Amino acid sequence: MLIVGELINSSRKSIAQALEARDEAYLKDLAKKQAEAGAHIIDINCAIFMEKEPEVMEWLVGIIQEAVDVPLCIDTPNVAAMEVGLSRHKGRAMINSISAEKKRWEEMLPLVSKYKPMVIALCIDDAGMPNSVEDRLRVADKLIPGLVEAGISEEDIYLDPLIKPLGVSGTAAVEVLETTRALREKYPKVHVISGLSNVSHGLPVRKVLNRAFAVMCAEAGMDALIADPLDRHLMSLVFAAEALAGRDKHCLNYIKASRAGKVVAE
Amino acid sequence: MASLEELAQAVLDGDETQVVELTKSLLTSGVSPKDVIDKGLMAGIDKVGELFKNNEMFVPEVLLSAAALKAGMELVLKESQQGAEVTTKGTVVMGTVEGDLHDIGKNLVCMMLESNGFKVYDLGVDVKPDKFIEAVKQYQPDIVGMSALLTTTMVNMKTTIDALAAAGLRDKVKILVGGAPVNQKFADEIGADGYAPDAAAAVEVCRKCLAG
Repeated sequence: MLIVGELINSSRKSIAQALEARDEAYLKDLAKKQAEAGAHIIDINCAIFMEKEPEVMEWLVGIIQEAVDVPLCIDTPNVAAMEVGLSRHKGRAMINSISAEKKRWEEMLPLVSKYKPMVIALCIDDAGMPNSVEDRLRVADKLIPGLVEAGISEEDIYLDPLIKPLGVSGTAAVEVLETTRALREKYPKVHVISGLSNVSHGLPVRKVLNRAFAVMCAEAGMDALIADPLDRHLMSLVFAAEALAGRDKHCLNYIKASRAGKVVAE
Repeated sequence: MASLEELAQAVLDGDETQVVELTKSLLTSGVSPKDVIDKGLMAGIDKVGELFKNNEMFVPEVLLSAAALKAGMELVLKESQQGAEVTTKGTVVMGTVEGDLHDIGKNLVCMMLESNGFKVYDLGVDVKPDKFIEAVKQYQPDIVGMSALLTTTMVNMKTTIDALAAAGLRDKVKILVGGAPVNQKFADEIGADGYAPDAAAAVEVCRKCLAG
């Protein structure tokens, strides 16, 4: 399971403050902790800065890449910030995100063609938030050929079926699981990713729901999560679920992770 | 005989059937529509707001309470010739900005405002600037409230404010913003008149806006 560490996001108050104060040590430390805990990619979001976002993004990419060796996920809908983030990034980045909404597609596609990053693509178009498995597949059928045409291989596409809060729609989680199965069936090379914590919004003891859902997602064939890698129980369950789902040959990853103290029961 | 306390409790329990029955029973037995609303329905939803703020109630429960409240209110207004007795403290047009589909917070704010005597026109989610403009022209509200739950859509609050300005409507309304990634500094930057961190605070900010 590919883990995109979600913690450096300016919608979190502590991060907004740290970015405001250009608190390099704090942000670098948080990036390091996430990578050490098993994040394969570190998401960085500074969208709260509006007009100054490109400037903050440039600084952020620079300092986080000084701290960790893993790639960054440039997380912004702002084309100028995305461009500056991609141009400053050493090695190959991931972007979060493009979608089939006309405006976003047209604005982001040139950057995708130019930098050839790993791409998170949201299953949404101008018809609005998807409400069914069919909605999501219909959008995926537009996104995947479009991205391939722009020079992105299917292996570098991460489709996000978009999770709605379970507290508002009782079938929100099931829709995502069914979409994942359908996508993996139809496009076996393309990855499926989700922002895990969206599922638990507005409910108590959110981490338990996030963890249970991660296990269900792994079983359904999802192979990437935007999540909190510092949640040790979540990470433990992800290793276990991958092994149980038959995607960890001879359980070697599970064993290795347990030796490294990354699988814990208490 | 049904009591106002029971009605408040039924709202708190999110029991729509019970709310409708109790509301009917109270009106039939001669309790004034104003008391049914103030001391029954609103007393219940006020408690919901308080418990939600303290993390003792959760979104699905609040949504059930809101639905129960709505059913009760509609009944009072329909069955009572004295609906006009319910005074309006002010009119609010509310919506989640373009691109954003998250409406839990916005719905809570609408509910809290209604329970506190405001007339609320809820434009729903993914509301384009044009639709805000149209609503301001049509309803002539005192306040426009906007929510965004994503860093990716909060920028559309500014777009909407700019559009209202371009349409010559900016000075006719107070504009309040809220949502997870939004803060006072952001509200100031985009030229909003106010910011509220949660639904209860939103009511206070609306009151202040109209007083000042």
